[in-house]
Amino acid sequence: MDLTRRSALLLGSGAVAAASMGSLPACASPAEAAIEALTGGGALDDGVITLSAPEIAENGNSVSISVAAPGAAMVAVFADGNPEPRVATIRFGPLNPTRRASTRIRLARTQNVIAVAKMEDGSFRKTQAAVKVTIGGCGG
Amino acid sequence: MASSVKPRVKVPKKASPGETITIKTLIRHRMESGQRKDRSGNVIPRSIINRFVADFNGENVIEVDLEPAISTNPYFRFDAVVPESGTFTFTWYDDDGSVYEKTRSISVG
Repeated sequence: MDLTRRSALLLGSGAVAAASMGSLPACASPAEAAIEALTGGGALDDGVITLSAPEIAENGNSVSISVAAPGAAMVAVFADGNPEPRVATIRFGPLNPTRRASTRIRLARTQNVIAVAKMEDGSFRKTQAAVKVTIGGCGG
Repeated sequence: MASSVKPRVKVPKKASPGETITIKTLIRHRMESGQRKDRSGNVIPRSIINRFVADFNGENVIEVDLEPAISTNPYFRFDAVVPESGTFTFTWYDDDGSVYEKTRSISVG
């Protein structure tokens, strides 16, 4: 046996590092498809929305996020690394002055949280935040 | 499921006319995602709160469609303006057809 425990561990950690590098860049396609289903395609301008999410979440089962989008009628939240990218759709009523909401979400692994806002004039805006997840929140 | 579900809300008792107030809501619910498996490898069926609505005197404040990616015990914090005294109605809709409701009155003046 020339494959010692140490070299096996080294190999393993190398593989994990490679896998996590590979998963980082930008959007996975299910999330893009979900966003396109909402907006009907077309370019999404940045800005207007503020999405607050922690840079590092120790527990992916409960990650506090908060969105604020003045002038938005609706905000949809997506997580591009979850098995199902949709997270929540928030519609604001006439008695909501700040168009702001906070909640707690599940993240399966390190990924981007994306917020898409539909403004009152019908245009769409987008913003996103990367969250590093130490323990994923998806169970078995 | 239905017996353990318990909604809680926090609304100020008083406000001045047109003031922006912050409301916090939480409902105790497992939010079973439909992704997990039990010990024998069978998928545990999805059972979540799928919709939450907050109204004030019949006018809408916020309405949320929830997906399985919302954590156990769904929590929401949001703002509202109260033009006059009245009652907030909070409603949660469960996958199993149950509807949970909570009301809170506020005096303005």
